[in-house]
Amino acid sequence: MAYEPVIGLEVHAQLLTKSKIFCSCSTLFGAEPNTHTCAVCMGMPGVLPVLNRTVVEYTIKMALATNCVINESCNFARKNYFYPDLPKGYQISQYAQPLSEHGYVDIERNEGKKRIGITRIHMEEDAGKMIHDEHLPSSYVDLNRTGVPLIEIVSEPEMRSAEEASAYLRRLHEILVYLEICDGNMEEGSFRCDANVSIRPRGEEAFGTRTELKNMNSFRNVQRALDYEIKRQQYILESGQEVIQETRLWDDSQGVTLSMRGKEEAHDYRYFPDPDLVPIVIDESWVEEVRKNLPELPLEKRERFMRDYQLPSYDAGVLTSSRVLADYFEEVANLSGKPKAASNWVMGDILRFLNEGKRDIKECPILSESLAEMIQLIENGTISGKMAKDIIEEMYRTGKPPKTIIEEKGMVQITDEVALEKTIAGILAANMAQVEQYRGGKEKIFGYFVGQVMKATQGKANPQLINDLLKKMLAAL
Amino acid sequence: MKITKEEVEHVAHLARLDFSEEEKVKFTSQLNDILMYMDKLNEVDTAGIEPMSHAIALQNAFRDDTVKDSLSHELSLSNAPEARGPFFRVPKVIE
Amino acid sequence: MELHQLTIHELQKLIRSKEVNSLDIVKSVFKRIDAVESSVHAYITMMKEYAFEEAAKADRCIKEGNIQALTGIPIALKDIVCTKGFLTTCGSRILHNYIPPYDATVVEKLREAGAVFTGKTNMDEFAMGSSTETSHFGITKNPWALDRIPGGSSGGSAAAVAADECIAAIGSDTGGSIRQPAALCGIVGMKPTYGRVSRYGLVAFASSLDQVGPLAKDVEDCAIMMNVIAGHDPRESTSVPLDVPDYKAFLSQGVDGCRVGIPKEYFIEGIDPEVTEAMNGTIRTIEGLGASCVEISLPHTEYCLAVYYIIAPAEASSNLARYDGVKYGFRVEDCRDLLDMYKKTRSAGFGAEVKRRIMIGTYALSSGYYEAYYKKASQVRALIKRDFEDALKHCDVILTPTTPTPAFKIGEKMDDPMQMYLSDIFTISTNLAGIPGISVPCGFTRQGLPIGAQFLAGHFEEGKLIQIASAFEKHANLKQRRPNL
Repeated sequence: MAYEPVIGLEVHAQLLTKSKIFCSCSTLFGAEPNTHTCAVCMGMPGVLPVLNRTVVEYTIKMALATNCVINESCNFARKNYFYPDLPKGYQISQYAQPLSEHGYVDIERNEGKKRIGITRIHMEEDAGKMIHDEHLPSSYVDLNRTGVPLIEIVSEPEMRSAEEASAYLRRLHEILVYLEICDGNMEEGSFRCDANVSIRPRGEEAFGTRTELKNMNSFRNVQRALDYEIKRQQYILESGQEVIQETRLWDDSQGVTLSMRGKEEAHDYRYFPDPDLVPIVIDESWVEEVRKNLPELPLEKRERFMRDYQLPSYDAGVLTSSRVLADYFEEVANLSGKPKAASNWVMGDILRFLNEGKRDIKECPILSESLAEMIQLIENGTISGKMAKDIIEEMYRTGKPPKTIIEEKGMVQITDEVALEKTIAGILAANMAQVEQYRGGKEKIFGYFVGQVMKATQGKANPQLINDLLKKMLAAL
Repeated sequence: MKITKEEVEHVAHLARLDFSEEEKVKFTSQLNDILMYMDKLNEVDTAGIEPMSHAIALQNAFRDDTVKDSLSHELSLSNAPEARGPFFRVPKVIE
Repeated sequence: MELHQLTIHELQKLIRSKEVNSLDIVKSVFKRIDAVESSVHAYITMMKEYAFEEAAKADRCIKEGNIQALTGIPIALKDIVCTKGFLTTCGSRILHNYIPPYDATVVEKLREAGAVFTGKTNMDEFAMGSSTETSHFGITKNPWALDRIPGGSSGGSAAAVAADECIAAIGSDTGGSIRQPAALCGIVGMKPTYGRVSRYGLVAFASSLDQVGPLAKDVEDCAIMMNVIAGHDPRESTSVPLDVPDYKAFLSQGVDGCRVGIPKEYFIEGIDPEVTEAMNGTIRTIEGLGASCVEISLPHTEYCLAVYYIIAPAEASSNLARYDGVKYGFRVEDCRDLLDMYKKTRSAGFGAEVKRRIMIGTYALSSGYYEAYYKKASQVRALIKRDFEDALKHCDVILTPTTPTPAFKIGEKMDDPMQMYLSDIFTISTNLAGIPGISVPCGFTRQGLPIGAQFLAGHFEEGKLIQIASAFEKHANLKQRRPNL
């Protein structure tokens, strides 16, 4: 029996606002415990929430970028449960009336594009952190993270493989980072993913029993966990048993999902509209203003790069992996007029330097103008491609533009035919034995002559010219 | 809708409250009295009426995204029933 | 007359004419407290040292000619508003040792106006009750009859004002908790329009119903207090950004031509005959002043209690979830685990009435019941609000008794929750609709117990309430009578 997986993903992304969603505490990660807290986010008696407008704006951005319908009016609801990292005993979230619904993203697969529906995107507040003591029966609570703004993105259960789920996750990730509303760091917890997984016989319309997967804290783990769970469910069904609806945790060390049965109880969240907050009304003009300021999204940018710069899909993919990198490449391409060369240099040497030094493109010492200039200098023959390799290293080290380095090091390419002819003549005269061998048919010796000319000219001679002149002069002997 | 002792126990658990057997019995009957009174609401025709969550219709009460000083660490923990260093200490969840 | 017996406006005259200073007033008030507090028990926490320090500061200001609306005047605060650095217990064991790290907005405003705080007054635990008998810190007695309740939940504030243990006070009103004790203690109490006075720092009971308001010896004092505490607060999302009029301007406008609505559903079986008699007297008086009374209908009155007793406990059950022994307040030691700690702490920390309401509220919101209870109640609430809006098209203010009976004896009715609830019916609808209400003394029973009349108006029409209540008060002439303590 062939089964197909049915996967839905729930993503929580921390928004990059400066202050928290309902109070003015800082959202910066890594502070000393309980120092980014105030009476409001600590849930002290008598406090009240006031909504950070930028949270709404960022959510509208994401909603537009994922083609969602933005509800004209939405409100907040209380999700009630007890846990020490939830100081008020409820989380302020959105329930019946979220900010946006009914969107989609397109993902790229080998078989072509696929559209994955997004059920809803809504705003809510994050909870604090708990550390469990290994030896003592104690846990420790740090409330710094309570009140950091989150958006929750719920997909339709339209993914049919772990690969599709991964692609969807990466798509969401790149959009969020492109919009500059989330830093997308799974390890630090600013980008989190839970999954709902079930399987059903191929062709069957009804859904199978689903399990919820949690604790997948990297892209790789999401894929591994889904792969495992799909296989696990398949094994269960094939052996005639039934899948139990439950929450399962991914255990990275063992490479399995483990049941939370027994630890988990059905939560009754008793949702009701939060009486301390008033409805949010988002009119057309606000939506349009946000829409106007949306950057070009990664998928559109990739397609444009392929179209306008004739770049292959792989190159376009690498160059758009970050918005800053894409902008850098485009500047170099436009200033130099040579997009393919720009692509090669950026994907090659530039990224290599940055990776080695663990730096981000934002910190690249080579300005886009400088790289463009270098490309043009190769194009007009001032320097050779080989010389450029040395020059670019110097550019990265010093941040100086290529013309300055060329002057300082006297590295102008030798294109003077007369001078070069003199040099070649001298080398041939000094190597008559090799000349005889060449004339005797040992064609490989040509390379030796080229090497000698390169050495004599300190690599500055134009290789094509060396080739042409050598051939001509050898033939004339 | 008559509330049973089991429902009372379930609700008590949701609210993280403990009651003695005697209290549960007293509670069940008191809650029942009040709930009978609540059934009265079904007499009202509310078709097409929007539920009212706020007495006064307001919208879009926002604040700017600016950071202000948090409470000092001492003040944050000043009322803690049990602090351990910079943290609030609680008993662990027993699994 | 002793200084502690005077009103804010009378004391302000003496202060401005330099006949008296703040220290004199504070001394007088604390002398009175020493004399009667052991009988009345209006306070949970006394702020005597602080009061004397602030009085000295106030006197320096007065010398410099810097006299604000309440400079040097001793004001008491219901123990439900947060005071930075001073215990704020809400009458509950679960907050018995809680010291807020911030001031409520209303406290900040009063302080800016120069008020001198005398202490935190007693209240029903978490404002749930109408007799102040559910306080963890003991009961407060009605200064008019020490074997009777002062009303609740702002019983301590009402008793303190009536007994001259402060000049005026702050209370909170969720279902009548300012107006009912004001009526039972023979003083003036106002619940402002929802959103008129900031709730920031008011420990929440039912968020969509709670309001902070003044308790005072007369309507003019009430207007003075309202001028100080009303206004938009950016720290509260439900605070209304409307300008505050000068409420004092309404004091002597008279009521000629004012239409007063008498809701036929409010004059029912169960009202004490002496209350009925006092109400009839009230009607005659205001008609004599030029007002005309007209019968109105509030058809959904009979559903008010049901709506209130679903919405208020539901919101409360959520608001009180934060009392879990983790961050502040009471905690039971040596618990097996987290669940044990939660249950033991909350069960021991809350009193019976609070637990009862948490149970009702949790039940009303629990799965399967949200639609039947909470949502339905919210829909009927919309109809109740509409009743008032419609009625107020035919009248300027509405008149009702504040309570159906005068103060009952301590311990009476405690075991019967239904009767306790019935004593709220005249006041609850006001909170549901969000409109303002004022209770003003309108008579006494033959036994000498105060009776209050309540005026209601449309949203943000506190001015009309001040107008009619002050005109009535002048003619009712009841201010001279004081409790015999």
